[in-house]
Amino acid sequence: MSTIAPRRGIRAPYVLIVPAVVILLAGMGYPLIWQFVTSMQEYGLAQQFGKPAPFVGFDNFVTLATDPVLWTVVARSLAFCVLTAAVTLAVGTLLALLMTVVTKTARLILQIALLLAWSMPVVAAMTVWIWLFDRRRGVVNYLLDMIPGVEMNRFDWLSTPLTFFAVASIIVIWMSVPFVAFSIYAGLTQVSDEVLEAAQLDGATGFQRFRHIIAPLIRPVIAIVLLLQLIWDLRVFTQITMLQDAGSKSGDYDLLGTYIYKLGTSSQDFGMASAVSILVLAITIALSWFYIRSLLKEDEA
Amino acid sequence: MTARTRRGLFSALAIIVALAWVFPVYWMVNSAFLPNIILQSFIPTFFPVKATLSNFTGALADGSFFSALGMSVAITLTVVVFCLLFAFLAAIAISRFRFRGRRSFVIAVLIVQMLPAEGLFIAQYKMVASVGLLDSVLGVSVIYIAAVVPFTIWMLRGFVAGIPADLEEAAMVDGLSRFGAFMRITFPLLAPGLVASGVYAFLQAWNEFTVALVLLPSEAAQTLPLWLRGFVQASATRETDWGQVMAASTLVAVPVIIFFLIVQGRLTSGLVAGAVKG
Repeated sequence: MSTIAPRRGIRAPYVLIVPAVVILLAGMGYPLIWQFVTSMQEYGLAQQFGKPAPFVGFDNFVTLATDPVLWTVVARSLAFCVLTAAVTLAVGTLLALLMTVVTKTARLILQIALLLAWSMPVVAAMTVWIWLFDRRRGVVNYLLDMIPGVEMNRFDWLSTPLTFFAVASIIVIWMSVPFVAFSIYAGLTQVSDEVLEAAQLDGATGFQRFRHIIAPLIRPVIAIVLLLQLIWDLRVFTQITMLQDAGSKSGDYDLLGTYIYKLGTSSQDFGMASAVSILVLAITIALSWFYIRSLLKEDEA
Repeated sequence: MTARTRRGLFSALAIIVALAWVFPVYWMVNSAFLPNIILQSFIPTFFPVKATLSNFTGALADGSFFSALGMSVAITLTVVVFCLLFAFLAAIAISRFRFRGRRSFVIAVLIVQMLPAEGLFIAQYKMVASVGLLDSVLGVSVIYIAAVVPFTIWMLRGFVAGIPADLEEAAMVDGLSRFGAFMRITFPLLAPGLVASGVYAFLQAWNEFTVALVLLPSEAAQTLPLWLRGFVQASATRETDWGQVMAASTLVAVPVIIFFLIVQGRLTSGLVAGAVKG
């Protein structure tokens, strides 16, 4: 990194970061502190109308820890997140590998298709997918119904939790695979052709070449992409909210985001909502730590 | 099987995957142009025969689209301008200076970048409500800038670091002031970075749903994503008019797709740069 030794005193960098620091404190810092304080208060409907909020220490957290509903939501969110991220990574890697073995034209067509899917705004993507999975006139049921012996006409995907989350997962995977495929493809193009040819001459099969040469070389990219997917698949509030609009708003269809939203809006229980929010932040930061460390290394390089 | 036929087979597979992947996008546009009578049928129509614009006129009829568009434009412009300005200054600080607290600042920026809206929106709602800024451009913009500025700083830091400080020094030896050297040498070289970061900020602010949902409760203050959701909900109270919903989705999506295609390369490399270069 090329730095200029500051000549006009050491004040310059501090002045330069002031606006960013101020906006971060206003938009993130203050809410974060409020949240920590509120998570240790009883802050319900009465407090909305001006009653002072009593300090209750870790009571909210204890209530949460002993609440089976919360643990169901946490377990469901983590399961959704891990499964979705794993499938996204697998499909993304396969598509990236596919890009390396096809003609230039085919690769370009595949890349354009992935880019179009990637660029869709989440809300618009959700409306299209809900239309595709529509019970009566959706294309998905129509196509599945054409398979002999499959009776999918009027099958309501959003009416049971399992199929509801399967649909949510398919949509999230569809939206996330392009980023994974492009990142891993970028990593693959760094693998030297000569090394691969040498291995081939020495009799290594395609799988062996992947296992022993390609995989170790792209491991850092895979690690980072997997982490980002895990973090991003925890924040699927928009997707779940839109699917609940089309299906059922019952608690059986909640993940952490919608659960917090309902605690804050319908139940007006800000103390508990804050406590769950802190849990979400803790999970995210724990997951991010490795990523942040790798970026810091880049900063110091 | 020869290498040639194998390449051919893989290419065919890639094209099939491409068609499947792009299908939802195609289906949105296709349905947007199909007349309602065709969409009512139980057999889907895969091509826009008898294309019509009636879905678009229907979706735009009550004018609420334009009020949401105005709100989205106001918020997005505010976010892009201030985000670029703040991030630009901070990026200069961390890539051109070594100073006490630099590392803490960088770590804070990286952590904030990871925080999910779901983990903070209740607190942000209470804060914005307490200062009376619900349903305002300012309230949402402050939260958006804070959410987007970290990644923008990170992206610009890479660009600034890529421009050798020696270039500026040389210009100063030739008689330019430090500010002059910066404006004439570094700033023009930074232009691509500013464009990429600006489009990134644009996409984030334009597409955001979660924070907007809690901070813009009244219908008159809706942004486009909220408008689209409301449009679907309103339509679902009768028989959902999928033609109009798809026309509305197309209107929201098309500008985003165009901007996205401009910057996608930089977005990928920005997120995983260190890992790809190894």
